[in-house]
Amino acid sequence: MPDYPPKLQELLDDFSFITTREERADYLIDIAERFQPVPDRIATRPYPPECKVNFCESEAYVWVEPLPDGALKFYFAVENPQGVSAKAMAVILDETLSGAPLSQVAQVPPEIVLQIFGREISMGKGQGLMGMVSAVQNAAKQHLAKP
Amino acid sequence: MSTVTGRGYAHPEMLVSTDWVAAHLNDPTIRFVESNEDPVLYASQHIPGAVEVDWTTDLNHPLRRDYLGKTGFEALMSRIGATPDTLLVFYGDKNNWWATYAFWVFQLFGHRHARIMNGGRFKWEKEGRPMTRERPEYPRTAYVAPERDDEAIRAFREQVLQHVQSHRPLVDVRSPDEYTGRRLHMENYPNEGALRGGHIPGAKNVPWARAVDPENGTFRSADELRAIYEQEQGLQPGDDVIVYCRIGERSSHTWFVLKYLLGYEHVRNYDGSWTEWGNLVNVPIERE
Repeated sequence: MPDYPPKLQELLDDFSFITTREERADYLIDIAERFQPVPDRIATRPYPPECKVNFCESEAYVWVEPLPDGALKFYFAVENPQGVSAKAMAVILDETLSGAPLSQVAQVPPEIVLQIFGREISMGKGQGLMGMVSAVQNAAKQHLAKP
Repeated sequence: MSTVTGRGYAHPEMLVSTDWVAAHLNDPTIRFVESNEDPVLYASQHIPGAVEVDWTTDLNHPLRRDYLGKTGFEALMSRIGATPDTLLVFYGDKNNWWATYAFWVFQLFGHRHARIMNGGRFKWEKEGRPMTRERPEYPRTAYVAPERDDEAIRAFREQVLQHVQSHRPLVDVRSPDEYTGRRLHMENYPNEGALRGGHIPGAKNVPWARAVDPENGTFRSADELRAIYEQEQGLQPGDDVIVYCRIGERSSHTWFVLKYLLGYEHVRNYDGSWTEWGNLVNVPIERE
């Protein structure tokens, strides 16, 4: 059993009880409605290409802000107005991984996307969402590697 | 100018505009059908009265790599409250990519009362037209479907091989990197990947989205489409054409363009596409 940050584990447990496609979609929409775009003090448009998530057609961007205890706060932008799934993913990553121990964040695999969105998700959509997880994971690894 | 008439299409009757949809929202003889790549999008909001048809859960066979059969299609039509006389108007995200895929599958069962809303969900939303989260419920119908007929618009690998050997035209609608073989498969999805990169010998590369105006998601005019497929790539309306991509979804969009907008009579979609061809033993492949 992977050692996920507790908030992420709780969320994955919640998704494991979902039985219908409609229930999953409604839950994800409720999550997406909590999306807050990156504040101006962190980044303003045009966003730098180095913050853009690979493979994500919803044009998602990720930023990190070091917290006093050494953990990271994650911020996101989703430029595609139809990017509901990307917004839900951004909220999940922020709410469950911001402030979590970096050693745990660095171990979160992109495949959690399949537990959250279901295994039926298309390759293109899944790849973009996994790219968001990878971006957060890589940020954690880079900060861990800093002397 | 209308997004449908005056555009030179061979079969403009296969398209409806967003204006037309807005004027027919309460027509009980019409069912609006949203089909997306994003599994959350329909539930977030959709055209009032529209039902959702999902490509994985509704259109695919639950076990084999194939589409649903007669019984499954009848159950699907019953669920969305459609009769053989119901006019189905498909629309969706990604410039109607998945809408044309659903449309194509429905044509395997001969439901001819079907249209595509030009511009798809993108145009509807951009125009600020009404959307709702309310899922409609329609009385179930007793739809009697014919057996699925793959003959006219679907191609299988043996037919594709014969097509290659007789030097008939193929259109590969994937990205140039997939076509040339620089990109083998999508990361993290080995089940949908391929062991070899490249394209089917002789295939022309016309990425599917070139047929769409990115400003509003509508299909380009017939003149613009002919410039791409005929002047640039050398196709002719009398050609026997096979289109393909990775699993047959993007190519259903090009199938619709060639068949209905340019009036090609013999166009088939090879849904096995590169995930089959790129894994087959001892079939010819070209790179670059």
